[in-house]
Amino acid sequence: MSRDHQFEVIRADQLFGAVEQLRARRARLVQICATSLPNALELTYSFDLGSELTNLRLEVGKEESVPSITSLYWCAFLYENEMHDLFNLQVSNIAVDFKGTLYNTRTKFAFAGPQGKAAGLGIAPAGGASSAAHATGN
Amino acid sequence: MSRTIIPFGPQHPVLPEPVHLDLVVEDEKVVEARPSIGFVHRGLEKLVERKDYQEFVYVAERVCGICSFIHGQTYCQAIEAIMQIKVPERALYLRTIWGELSRIHSHLLWLGLTADAVGFESLFMHAWRIREKVLNIIEATTGGRVIFGSCKIGGVRRDISAEQQQQMRKVLSEIEVDLQEVTKVFLKDSSIQARLCGVGVLSSADAHDLGCVGPMARASGLSTDMRRLGYAAFKDLHIEPVVKTEGDSYARCAVRCLELFQSIDLIRQALDKLPEGELAAKVTGNPNGEVMARTEQPRGEVVYGIKANGSKNLQRFRVRTPTFANLPAMVKLLQGCDLADVPVVVLTIDPCISCTER
Repeated sequence: MSRDHQFEVIRADQLFGAVEQLRARRARLVQICATSLPNALELTYSFDLGSELTNLRLEVGKEESVPSITSLYWCAFLYENEMHDLFNLQVSNIAVDFKGTLYNTRTKFAFAGPQGKAAGLGIAPAGGASSAAHATGN
Repeated sequence: MSRTIIPFGPQHPVLPEPVHLDLVVEDEKVVEARPSIGFVHRGLEKLVERKDYQEFVYVAERVCGICSFIHGQTYCQAIEAIMQIKVPERALYLRTIWGELSRIHSHLLWLGLTADAVGFESLFMHAWRIREKVLNIIEATTGGRVIFGSCKIGGVRRDISAEQQQQMRKVLSEIEVDLQEVTKVFLKDSSIQARLCGVGVLSSADAHDLGCVGPMARASGLSTDMRRLGYAAFKDLHIEPVVKTEGDSYARCAVRCLELFQSIDLIRQALDKLPEGELAAKVTGNPNGEVMARTEQPRGEVVYGIKANGSKNLQRFRVRTPTFANLPAMVKLLQGCDLADVPVVVLTIDPCISCTER
């Protein structure tokens, strides 16, 4: 089985250290995503090391927050804002924080709800994305 | 010096789709670019909870209107990996041929848009004239022009007959001659060089750190190409990534120009080795497991994360498109560039907002 099927399970407090190690090994950030579980969010951080994927997997409670990895991988700001806007995941100290305005969906945190009840998505009628509040720290 | 914020997009001549940038400028220098996406987010990842995993191939194909086939292919590959389905060799080769045709028509679309953006209208028309020939091949072999509908879990729905293969070789030879003329203008014309050379330079280190993929990464010296993972028929074909080291807009244009010939070569290799046999394997049951599948889209690496629990609906469908990965680099490139160069820099990442707003 290739490593594309493998997920290294870590705790939220181990995340930054684990990413720091991958950064030291010159890994490329491939993607970050969340999955909504009944009482938690499951996060997957994927990195490319010599064409092999390394997937870090952690679960966080719906009220918990995770540290931003933008100080290590600046480009992670899009993924972290996405997880906040769609899953209501709290990420602390994002380098470019859109404060909930990256995705202008009609339903707030549209992917955070229970599965099988897909929320209706649409463009908000007013206050478009161009009015986004930004806090850039890069 | 006082700063001014200039809104760029969501409607702009170089942007066929909506993305917005707040450009913070001092005089005519951009000091900061603040992107806003999400105008037309479609929530396709959530839709997987309503659609049967086999039906969802059609949704995956509609993530993008340009590289649609490879989206469907990547989704199928992910499900096939979970269900351990052995796809017939002929189907793998046919997928490769259609995937490379997609790359040619996507790159030609981009070349046309670039010619248009730099004011070279006749070149724009020539690029799209050649693209029509590619679309005609696709239409003749799949029935569609941008949405092929020919990929399914376990294989493909359509075959390419011996007559069609012969015709395809003939048209590809014509296209190759046309491309030699057109790419010569893109790479040698002084007005295009003046517009692209030295504009939006991305170093190799920055391209890596910012997670760049596809021609964007290869134009900055990174030899990265998911086709070398050996999916579909690429395991049997010779492929060497097209790499440039200059990292500027011209290098990104040159990589795409050279990849057109590479794709024609790959199609010919695939046609030469096309094996006889079945088009699809039988698929029974529901997937149960998890996988991350990666392929090379025209714009770069696409990642499909699939999690299934044995029911007909997937538990999670995740797609990270190449444009999403290249947006941070675009933001960095805009910092410090001249206001007049913004359209060129934005265009040379080949942004696909349809992909991004999946």
